[in-house]
Amino acid sequence: MDAIILQILNGLDKGSAYALIALGLTLIFGTLGVVNFAHGALFMIGAFCAVTLQRLFNLSYETIDPTKTDFLGNPAKVKTPYVESWFGPETGAAIIDWSVPLAILFAIPIMLLIGYVMERGLIKHFYKRPHADQILVTFGLAIVLQEIIKYFYGANPIQTPAPEALSGIVEVLPGIFYPAWRVVYFCFSLVVIGGVFAFLQFTTFGMVVRAGMADRETVGLLGIDIDKRFTLMFGLAASVAGLAGVMYGPINAPNYHMGMDFLVLSFVVVVVGGMGSLPGAVLAGFLLGVLESLASLEAVISAIPGINQIIIYLVAIVILLTRPRGLMGRKGVME
Amino acid sequence: MFGLDKKDSTLLILVAVLTLLAPFILNPFPSDSGLAQFNAGYPDLMQRFVIFGIFAIGFNILFGLTGYLSFGHAAFLGVGSYSAVWMFKLLSMNILPAIILSVIISGLFALVIGFVSLRRSGIYFSILTLAFAQMSFALAYSVLTPITNGETGLQIALDDPRIFGGAVAADGSIPVTNLFGLEMRSAFDMAVGPWSFTFSAGYYVCAIVMLIAFYLAIRIFRSPFGMMLRAIKSNQTRMNYTGLNPKPYTLAAFVISGMYAGLAGGLMASMDPLAGAERMQWTASGEVVLMTILGGAGTLIGPVLGAGAIKYMENIFSKINDNVLHGWFAFLPDGMEDAVVWILHPFVGKGWHLTLGIIFMLVVIFLPGGLVEGGQRIARAFKGKKAKETSEKATTEPAE
Amino acid sequence: MSNNLTRRGVLKSGAVAGAGVALPTIFTASSASAFTNEPTGSNVVLGFNVPQTGPYADEGADELRAYELAVEHLNGGGDGGMMGTFSSKALDGTGILGKKVDYVTGDTQTKSDAARASAKSMIEKDGAIMITGGSSSGVAVAVQGLCQEAGVIFMAGLTHSNDTTGKDKKANGFRHFFNGYMSAAALAPVLKNLYGTDRKAYHLTADYTWGWTQQESIAAATEAMGWETVNNVLTPLAATDFSSYIAPVKDSGADVLVLNHYGGNMVNSLTNAVQFGLRNAQANGKNFEIVVPLFSRLMARGAGENIKGIVGSTNWHWSLQDEGSKAFVKSFGTKYGFPPSQAAHTCYVQTLLYADAVQRAGSFNPCAVVEALEGFEFDGMGNGPTLYRAEDHQCFKDVLVVKGKENPTSEFDLLEVVEVTPASQVTYAPDHPMFAGGALGTCNPGA
Repeated sequence: MDAIILQILNGLDKGSAYALIALGLTLIFGTLGVVNFAHGALFMIGAFCAVTLQRLFNLSYETIDPTKTDFLGNPAKVKTPYVESWFGPETGAAIIDWSVPLAILFAIPIMLLIGYVMERGLIKHFYKRPHADQILVTFGLAIVLQEIIKYFYGANPIQTPAPEALSGIVEVLPGIFYPAWRVVYFCFSLVVIGGVFAFLQFTTFGMVVRAGMADRETVGLLGIDIDKRFTLMFGLAASVAGLAGVMYGPINAPNYHMGMDFLVLSFVVVVVGGMGSLPGAVLAGFLLGVLESLASLEAVISAIPGINQIIIYLVAIVILLTRPRGLMGRKGVME
Repeated sequence: MFGLDKKDSTLLILVAVLTLLAPFILNPFPSDSGLAQFNAGYPDLMQRFVIFGIFAIGFNILFGLTGYLSFGHAAFLGVGSYSAVWMFKLLSMNILPAIILSVIISGLFALVIGFVSLRRSGIYFSILTLAFAQMSFALAYSVLTPITNGETGLQIALDDPRIFGGAVAADGSIPVTNLFGLEMRSAFDMAVGPWSFTFSAGYYVCAIVMLIAFYLAIRIFRSPFGMMLRAIKSNQTRMNYTGLNPKPYTLAAFVISGMYAGLAGGLMASMDPLAGAERMQWTASGEVVLMTILGGAGTLIGPVLGAGAIKYMENIFSKINDNVLHGWFAFLPDGMEDAVVWILHPFVGKGWHLTLGIIFMLVVIFLPGGLVEGGQRIARAFKGKKAKETSEKATTEPAE
Repeated sequence: MSNNLTRRGVLKSGAVAGAGVALPTIFTASSASAFTNEPTGSNVVLGFNVPQTGPYADEGADELRAYELAVEHLNGGGDGGMMGTFSSKALDGTGILGKKVDYVTGDTQTKSDAARASAKSMIEKDGAIMITGGSSSGVAVAVQGLCQEAGVIFMAGLTHSNDTTGKDKKANGFRHFFNGYMSAAALAPVLKNLYGTDRKAYHLTADYTWGWTQQESIAAATEAMGWETVNNVLTPLAATDFSSYIAPVKDSGADVLVLNHYGGNMVNSLTNAVQFGLRNAQANGKNFEIVVPLFSRLMARGAGENIKGIVGSTNWHWSLQDEGSKAFVKSFGTKYGFPPSQAAHTCYVQTLLYADAVQRAGSFNPCAVVEALEGFEFDGMGNGPTLYRAEDHQCFKDVLVVKGKENPTSEFDLLEVVEVTPASQVTYAPDHPMFAGGALGTCNPGA
């Protein structure tokens, strides 16, 4: 029984990443009608915001320590981060230690900016183009973004550890221990999801966007400049993906192709949730996460070999065949 | 000719001439010059051009005509390859039975997947096909290893049964694939002055198969059946109201394009008897989608051009390293040479993906109809009729 | 269109000229040379086929550096590196058999198809006489098969699966790198000393051929010394988050976790295992331990802090103090500014071994090279006395058991050598069941 509870917990925590990415993707799908294959790349860039901040904090000056030697036998260089020399070793070390949570503040403006530039510079011109063209251009963009990251950061994964205080394990339920950072990630995703929903539900801006999702032309006829709001919407979606990425770093070390790893999966999540439905995307994210974890239970694998490899796709097929528009899809969106 | 109108006949003849003369056309540079790096006229790449051309032509029958975007077409290519290799292992090294079996098996596979997936349309259909293909990939990589040989891929071996023709060739090595004795890897080199041209038996077999496939595609495009498929794309509801059930037509198109993919897979295994699971991964499915859109979806020749462009980038640009760059620009003064190499460095060799991504974006931004439109614009510019014909743009918008 | 006409004009005149003047030079490949791509000019082309895109791109880049260094040394440049310490003195810094060494590079993308396409273009277009490189066993087996068919030599890069020189061995293929069986044989005695004989092991295994052979080897070796294998769970290759496989480990009754993963999988599964507190846990009254049978420094770097105190095996490490290793680290480090990885080492050695074999055989003919390499014994290449066994074309040499360093002094100093297991302990019979089922066949000179 404990094993099952543990897997459900694990599924919720995996599902929170799926849900966050799918949420952003649905915002772009649902509001703008754009198939954004670069969404995974936005997630990846978010994670590299954390890597970059960590690097910035670790910027160091070098002093030569004659007592040590490097691998070639020359005198070794010792690096001292500037933050440590400015703020003193202890505060400096604490700043470096907390670089991932601090990166949230760093990532939001960057992701908003990237979203803004992407929408104004590129996506805007593709609203009226066929979806096939959108796929090609966003896929091309995804490759370019990921190659740029690879050029500067290499192909190997880069560790972005969680703060010392949050990297242990905690007892979440009696007798059930779970990594602290994963609990943090789950709560963080709930906050972000809640924030996005509240924003759409309780602000005038959100109301207009929701109206625009339902019927773009009528909203335009009412004299509302929907385009400007859509730009902001794109920025918001980019930030959600970016935030999901920033906080994901300590769970698995970021690498340049992590976006592609999540891309296909997040499309499956969005479609299973139903096109144009934000709650659907979130629900599908958690559902698929939990099912994926349960399928990796040893008893399940030995009963049906290989089930852990295909469970997500199998569930997607079953849901799409029994519910024509996914879990909560609206009629007529990309059918 | 062959029941085609004048325009289509011209196109077919043009394609036939280009394909048959490819060993010349693709090797424009003398083999010892620096630009020989850009020569693509060696057997393996020429074979890949036409094989992926077949794959894309078939994909376009489904996507270009009906607008149904399958995101799992690579599964059929993979199944075709596996069937062909098993035929080599069990029956004989003759490619004919192998290709026939791969077309049949992938057709059956397409029938099952298509029957289920076509219950939905739009993006729901795309995700269903994607899910089937990803399941095939994951299982082929792991659980189905006895059939697929998993990660290492299915290869022929010395101890295969091979009922006809024997397991071991006379010299003790594994026999090679052939068409009634004509070995696929045999080639003929012709040296003309500084140029060198290679004529490979395998390439010409593939080329002839592609021409037949291309011809069939034209016939399908121009047939009442093709018309029906276009009707599905433009307005399915209206079609329903006229009392026509679109489902059998779409399914037929799906199966045909699956068989094209199987044909491509079978040919690929015939040229190089290996079948690996990654041929079925979503990236491979995505690649054929990109090929078709890049070339121009819904046009006859576009997908072939797109396939050629992507395979060219993959095989030629990835091989340009700093050493080659320095060789090219050796005539420049030292500092300039280094600067030029430094600028080009990120775009070639290990950076070939970057160039590919940039080309995708440039093509789709500036040539909305894909490479075909680029060709048309150039042709118009040369004919001097630019002003007159710009309005008559070849629109190729796939429906959702 | 005018462009086209000019080119056709050129072609036409070329053809006319060809018909008149160059007619005798029209030939078929088979009649002109004794073997595929026989070098006829003043240079010889080697094909370096490494992953340049995808998750192993950094490892591929390091391999490429090693190849460039090897070419430089073969052509007489640099300080000669391991050519000075190599026990065979046939190489003299004037290229191979007096021909200058040239090279072409390609991208395997760590996919069998792409790797074969790239290798084919090297053979068909660039006239490469030998193909080498790669960073995974699937690619190595695929390219090895291709080289056998085409009639060129394949010198495998990083490939650790038993199958490369087992079930899928080929006469034209050679592997210097060690394999799963050797890892297990080297690790078992060390594990026994460190953790005792009464242990219960839980295996997580990448669900593909390499993972299986590795798991099979480790389980057999540890069970032979008294360990119990509690469980073996197969994980999907495409998995990025291993938490659902790691979570049940703690309550499974096991006290050792063996991660049969490589590359990105290894980094993630190890990170997850540390996240779940396994490194500091207690089980069955003992410290819980994690073992990663195949280590690489590049990947260790990706795993960061998590690697500390974890035991594994490796083919070579730059901190070795024999003359060969020191010479190699010095010339690599001087040129690139950081120490070489084990992938770089094996690739460098393979290139030198090939060149030396050609030099000794006096011919580029693959069959002559095969003969020169089979049963070749050498030293001074960083692994102690080494034998290229004739029966399966596998190198037999010492294997390093390493451990993640607790207090690294630099970003490269991540592993410390715990023990050098002598070659005799990791040697197995050529017909060992884990390697059975294949045949070398006969060498194929092509043409």
